[in-house]
Amino acid sequence: MSGPAHHHDHDHGQEVPSDFALRVKALESLLVEKGLVDPAALDALIDTYEHKVGPRNGARVVARAWVDAGYKQRLLANATAAIAELGYAGRQGEHMVVVENTPTVHNLVVCTLCSCYPWTVLGLPPVWYKSAPYRSRAVIDPRGVLREFGLHLPEDVEVRVWDSTAELRYLVLPERPAGTEHMTEEQLASLVTRDAMVGVAKVGAPA
Amino acid sequence: MNGIHDMGGMHGMGPVEPEKNEPVFHATWEGRVFALNVAMGFWRKWNIDASRHGIERIPPAEYLRMSYYEKWFTRLLTLLLESGLIAPAELASGRPAPGTAKLDPPLTASRVAETLGKGGPTSRDVPSVPRFCAGQPVRARNLHPTGHTRLPRYVRGKRGVIDRDHGVFVFPDTNAHFLGEKPQHVYSVRFAARELWGESASARDSVYVDLWDDYLEPA
Repeated sequence: MSGPAHHHDHDHGQEVPSDFALRVKALESLLVEKGLVDPAALDALIDTYEHKVGPRNGARVVARAWVDAGYKQRLLANATAAIAELGYAGRQGEHMVVVENTPTVHNLVVCTLCSCYPWTVLGLPPVWYKSAPYRSRAVIDPRGVLREFGLHLPEDVEVRVWDSTAELRYLVLPERPAGTEHMTEEQLASLVTRDAMVGVAKVGAPA
Repeated sequence: MNGIHDMGGMHGMGPVEPEKNEPVFHATWEGRVFALNVAMGFWRKWNIDASRHGIERIPPAEYLRMSYYEKWFTRLLTLLLESGLIAPAELASGRPAPGTAKLDPPLTASRVAETLGKGGPTSRDVPSVPRFCAGQPVRARNLHPTGHTRLPRYVRGKRGVIDRDHGVFVFPDTNAHFLGEKPQHVYSVRFAARELWGESASARDSVYVDLWDDYLEPA
């Protein structure tokens, strides 16, 4: 995919032309000098998504739904309001929908057109979610994609793929694993992974 | 537009490659590009649809070559120049044009948490009669607009069923081009996998796609 001058994989940010960081720095300096951006606001934005908003939020939503039937009902009926009960609201979570996995239904979330993702509960999306392989294949070969993630679904399980083409943002409510009846809400939240809330994995039983 | 970004159903892109313990940003500049895009949006010179269209207009070969935040950087340059927030000469020299008064940024550090918490809802509380209702069979129209659209190619001309009505939202096809919000109902439409991909697909599976009134016709 790469030309000789640009030796890096598409949609991966690891190996970038060395002058690229300089171009970004130059643009930031220009915008700061013109008074168009506050560099401290940039620091705060980065800090928010590196340290404050991430999949731990979504895990708390899932754990609450597992232990509180009333909450689960509210979550499935009006996800935006139910998620706001736990304090998670705002940018790229303005219009939330939660879809429930069951023994007979498995849900998978994708954005084929760009990279739409529920930031308030999962943070910023991982590279694979934004990549051409996932975006192209999730809708035409969801079972193949799931197998690559190590999830082999029986033929009699129905797969529902949710393509985030509008401003609705989707969170999968995974199945609560067996053997967790004794666990507290906080312990349950620690089992819930980002991948399970996108629908490319199940929540594993506690070790 | 029938662009490279509209990837649903394409072949040849390779396997999905998750990275273990992936960082939020892979380099410092990625975080800066992300934050610059978010912060500059608060000048309200563009909207989320125009912003997405900025990425879609990257030429296909470049789109595939670039990393995610390289695309965001390129899109930001496009929007900054088109909106007049910066001039080409300023970009070339790296310095504000002589005599330019320094402005006050709309997003300051102290307002970041509150502003992100509010978000930018795109639902609109205006009366709009839904043209369809849950359970109704519909067909995605066979439209090929050259501008921005959120009607993916893989559903055009295909039959589905309205699963639910999400309410009234801004219409991207006009909003992206600053031609008005044209608020209308958005529905989750269920397409059987076999309707989209033929007999080799599982008879049980389906794809749910969120589509605006203007994208649909009765079936």
